[in-house]
Amino acid sequence: MITKFQVAYKNLLRKRIRSLLTLVGIALSAWVLVSLLGFNNGYEHALSKDIDNMGFQLMVMAKGCPYEAATMMLKGGTGLKYIKESMVGEVAKEPEVEKTTPILMGAVFDPNKGESGGISGYFGVEPKTFIQMKTFLKFRQGGWFTDENAYEAVMGYEAAELEQREVGDKILVPDKNVEFKVVGILERTGTQDDGTIFIPLRTAQKMFGKPDEITTIGIKVKQGADTARLEDKLYKLPDVQIVSLAEVKDTIMKLISTAKVMVLSIATIAILIAMVGVINTILMSVHERFQEIGILKTIGAMPWDIFKLIWIETLILCALGGVLGIGLALGLSKVTGLAIRWVLPYAPIGGLILIDTKLVVLTMAVILGIGLVSGLYPAWKAGRIRPLEAIRSNIG
Amino acid sequence: MSNHAASIEAKNLTKVYSRGIEKIPAVNEVSLQINRGDFISIIGPSGSGKTTLVNLLGCLDNPTSGELSIAGQPIFNSARRLSEKDLTKIRREIFGYIFQNFYLIPTLTVLENVMLPLTFYRKPGLEDEGLKLLKLLGMDHRKDHLPGQISGGEMQRVAIARAMVNRPEILLADEPTGNLDTKRSEEIIEVLQELNRNVRLTIIMVTHNQELAWHASRVFEMRDGRIKEITGQKPGKKPT
Repeated sequence: MITKFQVAYKNLLRKRIRSLLTLVGIALSAWVLVSLLGFNNGYEHALSKDIDNMGFQLMVMAKGCPYEAATMMLKGGTGLKYIKESMVGEVAKEPEVEKTTPILMGAVFDPNKGESGGISGYFGVEPKTFIQMKTFLKFRQGGWFTDENAYEAVMGYEAAELEQREVGDKILVPDKNVEFKVVGILERTGTQDDGTIFIPLRTAQKMFGKPDEITTIGIKVKQGADTARLEDKLYKLPDVQIVSLAEVKDTIMKLISTAKVMVLSIATIAILIAMVGVINTILMSVHERFQEIGILKTIGAMPWDIFKLIWIETLILCALGGVLGIGLALGLSKVTGLAIRWVLPYAPIGGLILIDTKLVVLTMAVILGIGLVSGLYPAWKAGRIRPLEAIRSNIG
Repeated sequence: MSNHAASIEAKNLTKVYSRGIEKIPAVNEVSLQINRGDFISIIGPSGSGKTTLVNLLGCLDNPTSGELSIAGQPIFNSARRLSEKDLTKIRREIFGYIFQNFYLIPTLTVLENVMLPLTFYRKPGLEDEGLKLLKLLGMDHRKDHLPGQISGGEMQRVAIARAMVNRPEILLADEPTGNLDTKRSEEIIEVLQELNRNVRLTIIMVTHNQELAWHASRVFEMRDGRIKEITGQKPGKKPT
């Protein structure tokens, strides 16, 4: 016994190239759709992870451009402004504050880095308080500094990889003519910590010639405390700005939302084009099979049978295209991620494309929905073919 | 199935086509009675209306006027015109059709083509019918071939098997040998004769081939939309 599904499938095999091209059209649009939705998912996820992994919710910094400050925290950078270290005590007094940690960021030009030299960023941190904020940091090798004045460094996973250092090796800071001994290498975290070199705060202050000065105070707010009120109070300190990481996240998400809208419109257009392609292909094949469909009616097919037959053809095309497209998106998500990273001004470190089951199911549903809709007209048209007309068209 | 003696009964069946303001009666007041088990052939020059008549008898088309009943059931009369859906239902219950062109689906095997009607409609207990028919028509060794791999005569046999798979009461054959050479044509007619004898299948065949027409038990001639049964000219007077 042969089923309608088999008949429909074999019909598609008749014009292989045409079916294949239509299939590719659907696959491409499914690929674009699933990658873009995956990007929407992944970007926010990666950004949240980046920000949550900072371990604190508020930062006190010297007055300046808040975006610059935020970017500096996330990416490292130059042109830093400083605040007095004594401010830490004042901040810690506020009842909403659970913990604080002072950070001194510094950048050094390293002529041996890359082809034409590059900037190496150093994070001067106070081991005692910093560790409490980042309890999730784990060591691959070694541990934290032995002394707060030691010339010792802890390297992020990627920094160690890049510089090819192991515990016990030395790092030379060329500009400052200072040497650090590597005492620890961290596990990969998927955040910007991977690329950072941590040194003790006191040593950093000495090396950069900034005693009693820091760039940032990281603040962990007590659970359930009123963050907005705390921000207001902190603004009373002289010449500081408060950067809330939740706000930073919102701002970055807003910045990329325009890009998202554009990209989604492109995806929509791609899908519409694929849909028109499907309608065209199926209509053409219905037209070519005009007589044959008429004959199917003489051998007992009702209009609804013919409708189903043609509809199944559309669905097969769309289902295969969808599966292929989703497969492509999954297989190439790394490449797509790299391409997006290249285009975007700021991209968090984790995986940018996050395709989960929900997304796959959603995309498949969209593609099948498109199949159902685009099959309607050709199937309806085929169902209406009258056997007599089909036979006559041969005689005439 | 009905045991009614008359398989098809037509009274004053008329089909008028309009060409501009001109009305052309392709079938003009045709009355005839076809009994169960008859093998009828209809001959006539092209344009005589024979195909139109067969389409009316086979419920492929609605007449302009007149009456038609099949197996004792009224199908058309002045008060009743059938929708395409109802026509399909009658067609699949009662009729099998073969045409000059075989219309086999090129991507389906011979057996799949024969079984295709059962995908849409199936009288009970016909699962093995396809293979049985192919055997009967001497085509079982070709069952897994594609239509492109067999000859024209074989294709028409497959088309006959397809038309027969739902065990119709009446087989309509419109120029079934039109695309075949003399030898293959004879073979096809023999197949039809066998089916007529063995399963008491009623056959209505349209042909322009006088010689083949005389293989039928009754021969009708159509001219200008009117029909006349030809009697007393049985074989022996075959034109060469």
